[in-house]
Amino acid sequence: MSIDIDTARKVAKLARIRVEEAALPDLARELSGILTFMEQLNEVDVTGIEPMVSVTPMRLRRREDIVTDGNLQAEVLKNAPEAREGFFAVPKVVE
Amino acid sequence: MSANSWTIEKARDALRAGDISAVDLTMSCLTAIDAGDALGAFVHKTPELALEQARAADQRLKAGDAPSLCGIPLGIKDLFCTKGVNSQAASGILQGFKPEYESTVTTKLFADGAVMLGKLNMDEFAMGSSNETSVYGNAVNPWKIDDRQLTPGGSSGGSASAVAADLCLAATGTDTGGSIRQPAAFTGIVGIKPTYGRVSRWGIIAFASSLDQAGPMTKSVRDAAIFLQSMSGYDPKDSTSAEIAVPDFEAALTGDIRGRVIGIPKEYRLDGIPAEIDALWEQGIAMLKDAGAEVREISLPHTKYALPAYYVIAPAEASSNLARYDGVRYGHRAKLGPGDGITEMYEKTRAEGFGAEVQRRIMIGTYVLSAGFYDAYYNRARRVRALIKQDFEAVFAAGVDAILTPATPSSAFGLGEMASADPVEMYLNDVFTVTVNLAGLPGISVPVGLDAKGLPMGLQLIGKPWDEAGLLNHAYVLERAAGFVAKPQKWW
Repeated sequence: MSIDIDTARKVAKLARIRVEEAALPDLARELSGILTFMEQLNEVDVTGIEPMVSVTPMRLRRREDIVTDGNLQAEVLKNAPEAREGFFAVPKVVE
Repeated sequence: MSANSWTIEKARDALRAGDISAVDLTMSCLTAIDAGDALGAFVHKTPELALEQARAADQRLKAGDAPSLCGIPLGIKDLFCTKGVNSQAASGILQGFKPEYESTVTTKLFADGAVMLGKLNMDEFAMGSSNETSVYGNAVNPWKIDDRQLTPGGSSGGSASAVAADLCLAATGTDTGGSIRQPAAFTGIVGIKPTYGRVSRWGIIAFASSLDQAGPMTKSVRDAAIFLQSMSGYDPKDSTSAEIAVPDFEAALTGDIRGRVIGIPKEYRLDGIPAEIDALWEQGIAMLKDAGAEVREISLPHTKYALPAYYVIAPAEASSNLARYDGVRYGHRAKLGPGDGITEMYEKTRAEGFGAEVQRRIMIGTYVLSAGFYDAYYNRARRVRALIKQDFEAVFAAGVDAILTPATPSSAFGLGEMASADPVEMYLNDVFTVTVNLAGLPGISVPVGLDAKGLPMGLQLIGKPWDEAGLLNHAYVLERAAGFVAKPQKWW
């Protein structure tokens, strides 16, 4: 399985990373190389083996559904590149 | 020997005896750090905070309320969120990020009186094996044998360099595929990755959540035991942190491993590994035999598939974890052109903020998780992961107490030497360490000897789940038998 330029463009789009057209052939080649390496996994017989979901055999704990934190608006916004009136600010999304 | 070169053990005893103050000990490290800029290890220095913490530690020492780490100056990997102090995962996308909260690990260290000297260099988002993907520039290995600058390994390269060069007494690291153990081996120090769930991941910038674990990087096995004690324990803020009692790790260092069974996995005898690494492994086997352990050849049949499985699972988790860096809540936001909307903001921000290796892994992860490929790549890799874990379980069930392997396939290489290599070639650095993360086991790298070039080489011991105590004791025996005392010649 190799990645062509169209697939590379699509993956970059899905990942929300701008890649210039001129850089797509190299990207496709690199990603293909890595996928070829992964293809060794096809040699393994995985019949009847469940995908591993947890490293240790334990259930994720659920905590009590109670408020443990809050009233931290200033702290939450402190690192924002742009914040206005108590909100994160982004470019206009709705015309 | 100035105090910055001390072990935690020695400093603890001297502090408690009143032979040195925490302030003087801290000053000795701060002086070494300022003289060590050529190593690129400390990327954010926090001398004021360190001295404030040291003064508080001196008060506690005077009052007789001094845990083992009280007054001990440490370096903290840049991956840990530290309140009010830059925490950037060595990435441009977190430029200027100063968390409003403290990671659980650093909270616990500070509660025990530890002193933070500053933040340490690393590969960007812990993705790398040479510390060459950092936005801060390279960290450099204090070991040097010719004109070349050598890598301290990665991703915890700054931590390894700082400890080996005596800029601090010890440092935190994190390990997703070998990022504590490989740099420890490259710099002649000790590094332990605990069992997954032993140390809280809360407040540690996430790379691959099912593989990431934090651990100490130290000058001795005893120091690793003391340091790990403070880091470990259940944390309600991390749902994968285990509610399992933490034993006294230092007390476990009895030096007695008579009758213990050490497994030697035949699949780790790889073609193309330098003869010196094989010879070191044989020496390690002999040392453990001499100490009364029984050495047994074992088989871990799916070892070969660990790296390809890792390089599906880790990028998949990374692509999900790193989706949060979008220029909205923290860090870098790209300057937008006329007419740019929110999608352009995301795309430009991420293209500018992430380095090449991080972008590559996000895109690989995006691909293997995308519709149509999820089963073929991601689910298959998770099935193979289950088989790798079963390999270990079978061996432990058959009575093996610990497994001995090389830590790395080579000693430290030159910075820039892998620049033209295929990304996959760099990934091979993790060949001996990555299985341990996939199976969630504890693993420790112990310096055992120098190669013909004069560079340190390490061996790895792998333990049973939650048996860090036993693992540390095996490592302690290996450390004493190897008697590794070499230090890098100061050139910086």
